[in-house]
Formats: sequence, C-alpha cells, structure tokens
Amino acid sequence: MPVPASHIMTFSLLLFSIGMIGVLTRRNAIIILMSIELMMNAANINFIAFSRQLNDVVGQVFSVFTIAVAAGEVAIGLAVVLALFRNRDTVYVDEVHIMKG
Amino acid sequence: MTSLLWLIPLLPFLGFVLNGLLGARVLSRRAVGIVACSAVGLSFLLSLGAVASLARLESVAAAAPGSLAVDVEAHRVTQTLYTWMAMGKSPSGADLRVNWAYALDPLSAVMVLVVTGVGFLIHVYSTGYMEQEPREAYARFFAYLNLFMAMMLTLVLGASLAVVFVGWEGVGLCSYLLIGFYHDRMFDETTKMSCADAGRKAFIVNRVGDIGFMLGMLLLFSAAGTLDIQGIVGQAGRLGVEVCTAAGLLLFLGACGKSAQIPLYVWLPDAMAGPTPVSALIHAATMVTAGVYVVCRMAPVYLQAPAALTTVAVVGGVTALFAATIGLCQNDIKKVLAYSTVSQLGYMMLAAGCGAFTAGVFHLMTHAFFKALLFLGAGSVIHAMSGEQDIRKMGGLDRHIPWTHGTFVVAGLAIAGIPPFAGFFSKDEILWRAFQVSPILWLIGAAGAFLTAFYMTRLYILVFRGKERFGQETRHHLHESPRSMIVPLAILAVLSLVGGWIGWPESMGPFPNLLERFLAPVFEAHGAAASSMAATLPRSWLLEFGMMMLSILVAGLGIFFGCVFYEWRPEIPVSMAENSRRLYGAILNKYYVDEFYGRVVLAPYYALCRAAAWFDQWIVDGVVNAAGYLTLGTSYTSVGFDTYIVDGLVNLAGYTVRGTSWVFRTLQTGIVQSYATAMVLGIFILVSVYLFSMSR
Amino acid sequence: MTPSAAVFYALASIALVSGLMVIWSRNAVHSAIYLVLAFLSVAGIYVLLEAEFVAAIQVLVYAGGIMVLFLFVIMLVTLSDDAGGRVRVHATVSGSIGLAVVGLILYAYTLGKVRAEETTGSILRQGGNLQNVGQSLYTDHLLPFEVASILLLVAMIGAIVLARQKS
Repeated sequence: MPVPASHIMTFSLLLFSIGMIGVLTRRNAIIILMSIELMMNAANINFIAFSRQLNDVVGQVFSVFTIAVAAGEVAIGLAVVLALFRNRDTVYVDEVHIMKG
Repeated sequence: MTSLLWLIPLLPFLGFVLNGLLGARVLSRRAVGIVACSAVGLSFLLSLGAVASLARLESVAAAAPGSLAVDVEAHRVTQTLYTWMAMGKSPSGADLRVNWAYALDPLSAVMVLVVTGVGFLIHVYSTGYMEQEPREAYARFFAYLNLFMAMMLTLVLGASLAVVFVGWEGVGLCSYLLIGFYHDRMFDETTKMSCADAGRKAFIVNRVGDIGFMLGMLLLFSAAGTLDIQGIVGQAGRLGVEVCTAAGLLLFLGACGKSAQIPLYVWLPDAMAGPTPVSALIHAATMVTAGVYVVCRMAPVYLQAPAALTTVAVVGGVTALFAATIGLCQNDIKKVLAYSTVSQLGYMMLAAGCGAFTAGVFHLMTHAFFKALLFLGAGSVIHAMSGEQDIRKMGGLDRHIPWTHGTFVVAGLAIAGIPPFAGFFSKDEILWRAFQVSPILWLIGAAGAFLTAFYMTRLYILVFRGKERFGQETRHHLHESPRSMIVPLAILAVLSLVGGWIGWPESMGPFPNLLERFLAPVFEAHGAAASSMAATLPRSWLLEFGMMMLSILVAGLGIFFGCVFYEWRPEIPVSMAENSRRLYGAILNKYYVDEFYGRVVLAPYYALCRAAAWFDQWIVDGVVNAAGYLTLGTSYTSVGFDTYIVDGLVNLAGYTVRGTSWVFRTLQTGIVQSYATAMVLGIFILVSVYLFSMSR
Repeated sequence: MTPSAAVFYALASIALVSGLMVIWSRNAVHSAIYLVLAFLSVAGIYVLLEAEFVAAIQVLVYAGGIMVLFLFVIMLVTLSDDAGGRVRVHATVSGSIGLAVVGLILYAYTLGKVRAEETTGSILRQGGNLQNVGQSLYTDHLLPFEVASILLLVAMIGAIVLARQKS
C-alpha cells in the first residue's frame, strides 16, 4: 500500500465534507443530488481502501452494490426533480416550502 | 207582632237585593217602584203592629217565644237573633259577647214610625220625581234608598252599640252613594266640585265624627264590660263622672258628624248635590237625626256628666243661630233648606243638652214632617222649573203650582213656629226648657227662631210671590207635579198641622201630653237627675204662658220683617247688601269655613300624604332599588372577574402554548436543506460530546 | 515518495478540486462536468488501490450513466443561471456548521487515535480482481445481488411513473 490508510481516509473525509457542504448550501436540487453522489463516492473510497488494508474482497463487493443503489437513487431523484419542476416551475429548494410552519 | 221585629229592617234590605240585582235589566220601572215602596210600606205596617203591642206588653210577655225578652216595667221588648261575637270572659268573670239584637221601646218606637212613615211617603214621591232617569239609574236609586232604610232601621232598633254602629256606618255609606248619585255631573261650577266630590266630602266628614263614636263605644265597653245599651245605661251610675263625660263627649263628636253640628256640619249644604228626595229623606228626616237619637239613647250616661250636657247644649244653640244666619243670604232653594236643617238640628241638641230629651225627640218628629215637606215641595218647584234652583230666577209661582204652593205654606208656618202647626209645640217646649236652664241659651234660641221665621218668609216670597223672573222657555214648561208627588205632599202637610198636638203641653190645657207620657219610661227610669237641670226656676204657669206668647211674638216678628224686606220694600235688602258688602259677602260664602278647613286641616294633611308618598318612593323603593343596584353591581364585578381573570387565565394558557410553539414553529421552514442542516448540527453535537468525553 | 503515492496525491487533489468546483460553480452544466472529472479521478484511485472492477463499474455507471442522466435533466429544467451572488444567511450558517463538523473530525486526528501505517499484502489471491469479486458476488452475496437487481427494476419503474407527463 503506497499510501497510509489514514491519508486515504482523510481524503475521503474531505470529499465527503465537500459533498455535505454542497448539500447544505446549494439551492439547485440537481446540484444537491450531485453533492450526494460525491458523498457516496467518498464512502466508496473508504470501503475500497479498507478492503485493501484488511485483505477482504467484501469491501469491493459492497462498493459495487453501493454504486448500483446510487444509480437507482439518482434515477428516482431526478424523476422527482422533474415532477417538481413540472408542478412548481422551479428546481430551487428554497422556493418549495409549502410544508412550512 | 213583636216577634216579627227582625223583619222590619230585613224587608227593605230584601228590596235592595231585589232591585239591585234585577232592577236594571229584568224589572220594569213600575215593578222597581212597587218593590221599593211596598218593602218600606210593609215595614211601616209591621212597626205599627209592634208599637201597638207595646201597649199590651203583659200579654206579649206571656206568649213570647224564647228569642224575645220582655221588660214590662221599662216597656221594652228585646229580640236576640244570634251571638255575633263571643269573646270569652272578662277578668272579673263576666261573659264578653256582642249579640245581634233588636230592641223596641217607646223611643225607638217613635223613631221607627217616623223613619218608615216618612220614608214610605218619600219613596212614593220618588217614583214620580225620578221618572225621567234611565232605567238603570232608576233601579239603582231605589236599591240605594231601600238599603238606606234597612241601615237606618238597624241603627234605630239596635239593642247593642255594635249593631247601632253597623247601622251608623251603613247610613253613612248610603248617604255617600246617594249624594254622588249623579256621578257624572258637576255640582258647583265656581268651586269645581262635582257631585262625586260632594259625596266624598260627606263620607269623610262623617268619618271624622265616627272616630269619636268608636272611641266612645270602646271606652264604654272597657268601663262597663258590655256593648249592650241597657247593660251600659244600667251601670251608668257606677261608671264615674270622668268616664261618662269622656264617653259622652266622644259620642257627641260622632253625633256632630252625623247631625251636622259645629264643627262637622260642612258636608250638609254640599250634600244637596244629590236628588231632592234624597235630601228630604236622609238629610232632613232620618239620617241626620241619628245623632240626636244616640244622644237621647245614652241619656242616663249624659245625665251623669253635666259638663258633657252643657257642651251639647252650647254647641247645639250656637249651631242653631250660626246656621240660621248663613241661611239668610243663600240663593239656592235647597241650600237655604240645608242650613235650616242644620239650624233645627241645633235646636234638638240644645234640648238634649238641657236635659229635655223628650222635647228633643218631639222636635225631631215634627221636624221630620215639615222639613221633608219643604224639601219635597222644593223638589216639586225644581221639577216645575225644569231644573232651575236659583230663587232669584223664580217668583210668582203661586198661580202655576197651587198644590205645591199650599203645602209649602203649611210647612213654612210649621217651621216658623206658629200655632196650631206642629213646629210651634216642639220649638216652644225647647225654648221653655232652655229658659229654665239658662236665659242666655233661651236668648240664642229665640234669636234663631226669629231668623228661622225670617228666612222662611224670604224663601216663600222670592219663590212663590211677586213678579215672574224667569224666561219664556221655562214658563212654557211650567206644570204642576204628578199625583205620585202631590199626594205625599198633602199627607205631610196634614201631619205638619196635627203632628204637634200629641205633644200639647200639660200645663196649658185639657189634652194630655201623650208623647211625654209615652216616652216617660225611657227617660224617667234612670234619670232622677234629669230634674236637677230643670230645677233652677220654679214651674209657674204664668211664666210658661208668658214664654209661649213670647215665642209666638218672635215668630210673628220674623214673618213681619220678612214681608217688609221682600214683599213691600224689596229695595231694603239690596241696599243693605250694598252697604255692608264685606259682611254680606262673608255670610254668602258661609263665613269661609270650608276655605278655613281646607287651609288648616286639609293642606297639612295633603302635605303629610305627599311626604309619605315621597318617603315611599325614594326611601322604601330606594332601599329595594338599592338592593337591585347592588345585585347589578356585584354581577358586573363578577362578570368583569370572569372576563378578565378567569378568561384571562384560560387565555394565558393559550398564549403560553402559542409563544412556546413559536419557537418550534420557526424550525419548520418547509425547506429540506434546513432540516439537513439541523441533522448535521446534531451530528456535530454528538461527535463533540463523544470526542471530549473520550479525551478525558 | 513512490510514484503510486504521487499519483494518488495528484488524483486526490484533482478529485477534491473538481468536487469544490462542483459545489461552487454557478452553472449547472459546469457542475456536471466537474463531477464527471471527479468521478474519473476517483476511478483512477480505485485502480491504484487494486480495485479494477470497481473502477470499471464506476466509469461505466457513474460517469457514463448517471452523469448523462444528470445532463439530460439539467437540459430539461434549467431556465437560467443561478441568480445567486447575494449572501444568503441560511447558506452561511449551514456552511459553517458543515465546516465545523469537518474541523472537529480533523481535530480528532490530532488526538493521535488514528494509526497511519503502511500495509502490505494484496488482495489478489487467485485469478485477478474481477474473478475474486465475481466469485464473492455469486456465492456469498447472491441474495443481495438479486435483491439489488429487483431494486433497480423498481427504481426504473418508479422513475418512469414519476417522470411521466400527465396526458
């Protein structure tokens, strides 16, 4: 392993935090979904790194599943955004607050 | 016949019930008249029978049923009907009770015959006089008249002061009803007094007198332990002078009210508002004599109290003179006769006060005859004059209404005291007895007799003689009255002529004084003291004859001056009135006595009434209203409490929830990102807690 | 530093920078492109970590499928560039909270609880990475594999239903 696991973990943490800040900060729903993908990728990196360190292939298998689920989730998420766009004519999440109060 | 004593007051009462209930609608005018007159007529016949049986009391006593008590010595029959009030026993053990009982003795016999006899004649007269009235009024009149007769007979026949009092009040009530008979008419335009006001005045003035009667009655009851008249007079000697004086004065106050003496005479002239037969019956012949009757009835009590007797005599004499002066100047034919009645009642009281009870009763009887005749004659005149009562608008009627004219002359001579007419005998007797007590009393009486003759002559001349002072319209309607009115006039005229002969003075001639002998058992039994009043001067035939001549002279002078002033030199009274305008005005206005009473008695009383009404309205009602306002105030307070405090607390709970929920509501932005932020914040807190607890 | 380490750090920085640009860019399409770049660098890191299969899957699915999807949707819904520019209180607060969390975790590193050691060994036993993964996938994890396929089916159906035009 050329790089210590902690470095990889740090890297994945930073990527994760970038994704998290993007979720919390951006108004555009699509960007938020993209940020969520970033977060999921960061988790995947963690899995792969520790699969290598612990010499277990399960980590990789799990990553494969994660990617599959992420794909499904993105599909649904974007369908929702489309439906939202058709109803409210906007994709900005701070303009959709009928549940306010 | 004496066992039917109870029927005598009852028959007129039945007439009252019958006419009162059925008269207005069911019975015809004729039937009403027949019912009323026959009720009184039957009473008269029964009275005749009862009085006749007084002469043979022994046989009556033998066959008497249980309800009858016969006292042969006192010539009295008492019929007890039932026990009215049983009040247990007095402290001394005597039985306290009041019985409803009638008693017939010579005194009540005279009264009962006068009342029913003259009453019957007046009833017959009324059937003609009241012909023009509508049927309801006609029936109502006779119903009241019969009720009056029933009440008067109860008064006269009552054996107990309580029964007498029932009759006393009853005649007062009937007087009120009959004076105010024309209840929708005005009586006197100048004083704005309606006929109803006159009736009310009569009743109220009578009530003032009745206070005295009631107090006297109660005093006698507490002193003697019974209200039975014979029981009281039997104990007269033991009651003591103070009790007898007080009781005598109190009863006399009541008599002043009923018999219109000073100070309670003011109702009688205004009582002329009633129909003329009412004036004749009630205010001349019967009701006003009730006072005299009561005084004579309680003679033994009065004889124990010389002070009371003196008061009675003085009041009677002063009233006789006072009323005669007022009668001089009156211009209404009935008012002249009213004051004349007051004056003659004064004579009766004068007689009683001098201890001459027999003379008083004698004058009562003769006065009933000629005063009723005068009133009925005045009614006939008014009837002929189509309702005119002002004598200044009459004159020269002797040609047009001869019967009325003739009977009026008879009555006038009788009242003036010219022999052989009835008034002479009775009045002379009074003057003689007054002279025996005090020459001053005699002087007052003689002056009154002079004025009596004078004003009667004035009345006669102004009404019947001289020029006709009425208009064509009245002249056209002038007519003599119908037979139903003339016949009673004629009968009364005969009585006015011969009625005095039963009282022929013993000393003058061969005829016995039947009346004195008849009444002797009543007045001589208890009062040996009666003669003490008459003992001042010795009985001398010459003196008596001389006084008699003097009386005739006085009467003749009165008639003479009357002719001078009104027939031969009519300008004299006119100039006298002109010269002494103030005096004439004072006499014409009855010395302003009514106005005096109004200011001195009535005004403070009305002020008291207003004060009481004010008290009731503001203080009593104020307390009640204050309770209401208090309740209102406390309810406002509790409403305020409820609104602001109780509701405030409830609202406070709501506000608290709302306030606290506001905090949490702001978290629900509806924006998903903020929820995510909250989650991250939560993670941050958890991790930091974990981390810093780990690093410890 | 070995060459693989250098490559790793390079790829990592590219991934981080492109990740930053994803969330910073005003234009949605630019964000999508940057995301593609991030994915590709992450795929490279996978290769470095001897997970070739996952790297291939990453490129195929993520960069090839998902990003295309993203681009299509951006094309359908974007009206204008993000108006942005003004400072949003909300975003500032959220961003600082996020940074706080990161800071916290980095702080946790300094506490020395994390070991930074190199590892030896390889996960390549018999055959290549693909063989290993395939074997594990079809024997030990068959059920999740099948369930994942059903999940994808459901997702597909759901996406079709949700995005359907109301006609």
